[in-house]
Amino acid sequence: MEYFIQQLINGVTLGSIYGLIAIGYTMVYGIIGMINFAHGDIFMVGAFVSLIIFVALGLAGVTFVPLAFAIVLIVAIVITSVYGWTVERLAYRPLRGSFRLAPLISAIGMSIFLQNFVQLAQGARVKPMPPMITGGFTFLEGSDFSITLSWMQIIIVSLTVVLMAGFALLIARTPLGRAQRACEQDRTMAALLGVNVDRTISLTFVMGAALAAVAGMMFLLYYGVIDFYIGFLAGIKAFTAAVLGGIGSLPGAMLGGLLIGLIETFWSAYFTIEYKDVAAFSILVLALIFRPYGLLGKPEIEKV
Amino acid sequence: MNATGKHALLTVEHLTMRFGGLLAINDVSFTAWQKEITAIIGPNGAGKTTVFNCLTGFYQPTVGRLALTPPDSGRLFLLERMEGFRIAQQAHVARTFQNIRLFPAMSVLENLVVAQHNELMRASAWTLAGLFGLKRYRTAEKKAVERASYWLEQTGLIELANTSAGSLPYGDQRRLEIARAMCTQPVLLCLDEPAAGLNPKESAELNELLLRIRDDHGIGILLIEHDMSVVMEISDHIIVLDYGCKISDGDPEFIRNDPRVIRAYLGEDEDAETAAATAGDND
Repeated sequence: MEYFIQQLINGVTLGSIYGLIAIGYTMVYGIIGMINFAHGDIFMVGAFVSLIIFVALGLAGVTFVPLAFAIVLIVAIVITSVYGWTVERLAYRPLRGSFRLAPLISAIGMSIFLQNFVQLAQGARVKPMPPMITGGFTFLEGSDFSITLSWMQIIIVSLTVVLMAGFALLIARTPLGRAQRACEQDRTMAALLGVNVDRTISLTFVMGAALAAVAGMMFLLYYGVIDFYIGFLAGIKAFTAAVLGGIGSLPGAMLGGLLIGLIETFWSAYFTIEYKDVAAFSILVLALIFRPYGLLGKPEIEKV
Repeated sequence: MNATGKHALLTVEHLTMRFGGLLAINDVSFTAWQKEITAIIGPNGAGKTTVFNCLTGFYQPTVGRLALTPPDSGRLFLLERMEGFRIAQQAHVARTFQNIRLFPAMSVLENLVVAQHNELMRASAWTLAGLFGLKRYRTAEKKAVERASYWLEQTGLIELANTSAGSLPYGDQRRLEIARAMCTQPVLLCLDEPAAGLNPKESAELNELLLRIRDDHGIGILLIEHDMSVVMEISDHIIVLDYGCKISDGDPEFIRNDPRVIRAYLGEDEDAETAAATAGDND
């Protein structure tokens, strides 16, 4: 039982990170119907930017952890958002109105480009990050298996909850969110009502990138090591999460992320750790076969 | 303003639209006045919707000048040079389509609030104030909902404000489209077959609504319509297109008796021949 609860905590933490990335996939798909395969690499860029700022702050002598944490969070969000915006502007917008496959191919190109760019600029070696936020709570000490809940896990989960709540509010309540939903349903009509569609799409990418930046920073702090390749696997898993939850649906992405995190963790804990990715992707296959519109997605019914 | 005290809202000069070898509109010029309903009629394929598409930025006209001068602003907008969304945002031209294009997954009220996007965006400091629910944004939102409610009352949809737009019956969806277009506070409202698919009762209600919009809000309406009972009853001014050319232009009485119009609509059969004969054969 203790073991189970421990895995649950680990799974929810991992799931939060996947969920944050998955939102970027699902939003972009919702608004322009395209899978942004470079999104995983935006997450990786976010992790690297965080690392660089941490190091820079360390050199500058900022040792107060909450302050450093806040600065890194904000700067990483800003810089990564610029990456997200630029990718959309350079690689996708010129292809809008082109055939459906074109931006997809462009996205794969962008993904490879970002990976290689970071590899060249930062080196291919794994980058370590000394643990910054340590400690936490330990329950049931003295029994055969004690449960630990680290500060880092608490931060990850609570930050995710706050961001997702803010996000849900933004989509439901603000003019930008309304414009996004309008563009999702009928871009031409939205433009005729005076909505700047291009800007709305750009902002969608920026928002996705901002969340990916947070995920990247959390990943860096949680695991302590990153390399230029982390975006690939994390990206594909977040994509799986988005599909599982129902691509295009925000709560779906959150739920999907959580489920993928839990499945992966429990599989590693109770079966074999080597096959955890197989387990996660089997879910993708099963979801596509039995519920292609996802858990919370709506089946597309063509009206005649 | 001209001598008769009317304000020329939209002046279309030498509008020509060519798609490769197809000449969809050939040198069409006309004026739409403020506080008037101008109908564009013509047989299928005459180029009516193409005119709308040029006006609202879907097509870049091959030749022509589309000048919009909103009253009291002293500004001039050359629509042929503007990007689609700016035509709605700055020149305040609103449009509906032949087929219904609501946002079906949004509520009726929300459809109308989206139409006031630009004002709300400004009031919310590009969303930030909206996110934190600041007062300035809340006031602006309240105003937007008030305007939306006004138009829902005008179109008789107020009771359905919170239902999803996609679940409304057809006639209600048509009226909602007009309400939504009006929420953008247009100076020129372009309606593409608003009466299509309406029953006689609904169609009569539509007439009333359009006349009310014209009289109470002093905007210009440009109307494409096949239903002659609508066109003849409410138009102040009719433009007839055939094969992309303007063949007639005048008030409903003039159009009704114009032999060129009769010939375009009915072909050279008995009625048209008699009409043409009385008008003197001028082929």
